[in-house]
Amino acid sequence: MTPVIPRASIEFVPARRPSLIRDAIRRHPTVAVGLLVLALMTVAAVFAPWLGTIDPQKISPIERLRFPSVAHWFGTDMLGRDVYSRTIYGARISLTVGIVVALLTTVVGLAIGIVAGFFRTIDSIVMRVMDGLMSIPPVLLAIALVTLTRANLWNVIFAVTISEVPRMSRLVRSVVLTIREQPFVEAAVAAGTRLPAILWRHILPNTLAPVFVQGTYVFASAMITEAILSFIGAGTPPNIPSWGNIMAEGRSLFQVAEYILIFPGIFLSLTVLAVNFIGDGLRDALDPRLARRM
Amino acid sequence: MFAYIVRRVIATIPVMGIVAIFVFSLLYIAPGDPAAVIAGELASASDIARIHSQLGLDQPFLVRFGHWAWQVLHGDLGTSIFTNQPVTELIAQRLEPTVALTITGLIIAVAFAIPMGILAAWKAGSWIDRSVMAFAVLGFAVPSFVLAYFLILVFSIELRWFPVQGFASLREGIVPFVSHLVLPSFALGLVFSALIARVTRASMLEVLGQDYIRTAQAKGLSNTSVLLRHALKNAAIPIVTVIGNGIPLLISGVIVTETVFAVPGLGRLIVEAVLRRDYPVIQGLILLFSASYVVINLVIDLSYTLLDPRVRY
Repeated sequence: MTPVIPRASIEFVPARRPSLIRDAIRRHPTVAVGLLVLALMTVAAVFAPWLGTIDPQKISPIERLRFPSVAHWFGTDMLGRDVYSRTIYGARISLTVGIVVALLTTVVGLAIGIVAGFFRTIDSIVMRVMDGLMSIPPVLLAIALVTLTRANLWNVIFAVTISEVPRMSRLVRSVVLTIREQPFVEAAVAAGTRLPAILWRHILPNTLAPVFVQGTYVFASAMITEAILSFIGAGTPPNIPSWGNIMAEGRSLFQVAEYILIFPGIFLSLTVLAVNFIGDGLRDALDPRLARRM
Repeated sequence: MFAYIVRRVIATIPVMGIVAIFVFSLLYIAPGDPAAVIAGELASASDIARIHSQLGLDQPFLVRFGHWAWQVLHGDLGTSIFTNQPVTELIAQRLEPTVALTITGLIIAVAFAIPMGILAAWKAGSWIDRSVMAFAVLGFAVPSFVLAYFLILVFSIELRWFPVQGFASLREGIVPFVSHLVLPSFALGLVFSALIARVTRASMLEVLGQDYIRTAQAKGLSNTSVLLRHALKNAAIPIVTVIGNGIPLLISGVIVTETVFAVPGLGRLIVEAVLRRDYPVIQGLILLFSASYVVINLVIDLSYTLLDPRVRY
């Protein structure tokens, strides 16, 4: 028999319920701004074809180098392509590279870091290699790897990932080294828990907080690295507009058509800023000790 | 102390060894057969095989690596595929702009960041602090090439204070040298100074909370003396460390800044080499950049004893 609930109790609502969202915005304004900007960029990337854009590759020689106007919000480039459409479509490349690199780096870094942190014999070898790779500046490492293959989106993603993995594995390893000495790990070993279960249930969850924070920073730095690669001509091929290669194509015309560079530059800076804001917010929320030090 | 220096120097050998293996593997796995390029289109398979054995390309990986490493240790980085010049010669020709740019960029970064960080920590919570932090967050998010174009737009195109692009050697006179260097140095230095300012502020905040600072203030020392002689000196180690850790940022900054400002330096050289797939040049430059990063960090590690006599090894 279902209990009869008095009507009055359902309709009872406190006079002023504090709005969770409004409260969060008031306390963490930068995180809110970051999330908003990132959400807008994601919308731009996903819904690019429906945001007043035309084909970003459509060449229209009679309309070349038009200053921003009602017809072409961000102007047109030297081939008469619409810079607004190219910039909106460019969000797809930047965000894809950022997200995929952050995820791959996190997974690979976690695997290497946990294994190196838990098994002494593997540790010394793996960490020597990571130290060596870390002494090659990440952008150089990515440039070198891209030259080995044809420049397409996936090769760029792999190259940037490999350049980010050493730092992530170092971080995970240092966290694992402190966790493995904790009493709860000792207790798990004493209770006869099998090794994979210890790594999966006890070690892994405790590494996640710093890894998520680092992951957002990787997201931001991957977008910058991709833009640098495309900007110097070693990144995504010119037939896919990305913020970096739109700027690269505008380089020689900067003195007559500076808007070709400015708009993608602003989009890139805003997105990186937004992701950094989210990263700082995550760091403050997950590790108050670190927050005070930074 | 001497034993520590020796140990620390020896510790860099495996690191550079890994770098060398990576750099050598680049050429090893790079697509394309150099022997086929040298032999030309009309060469037969036996011609190519002959050139292979002449160049030692038929040897196993480790033998080839040993041979290459031996040459590198003797200062021979090979010859450029594209210009046929020795790589060391190419590097020497392009060295001056990069050295000038890095030094001025570093000076600007430090000259901006440290006073800003000190002020922000001293006036923690004030509008000065908040604007320094805003600068630090913004400076870190704006990629150096975006900043570079912004500087060109304002100071070269609108105000016409500085040339838009190019580089003038010191031999051409001090005025053209400096005027070409100002904007690239700022583009390079400001991004880096955001990082340094952040750490300076954090490190100073920690030191300013110490008892001896209150003692120094209580005995009537001037603010300058407390901040610089007592606080900054004790806050120095994290600041110097972040400068060392930030060298990769500076190197990627050099590549980008030289591209934007058409500065004929090492950063431009590696971009040209990448576009032409000129592997010996790419290898030489990666080795050079990584070695300088390792050496700078070695020097910084050793400088801790000078900065803080309490640090003993």
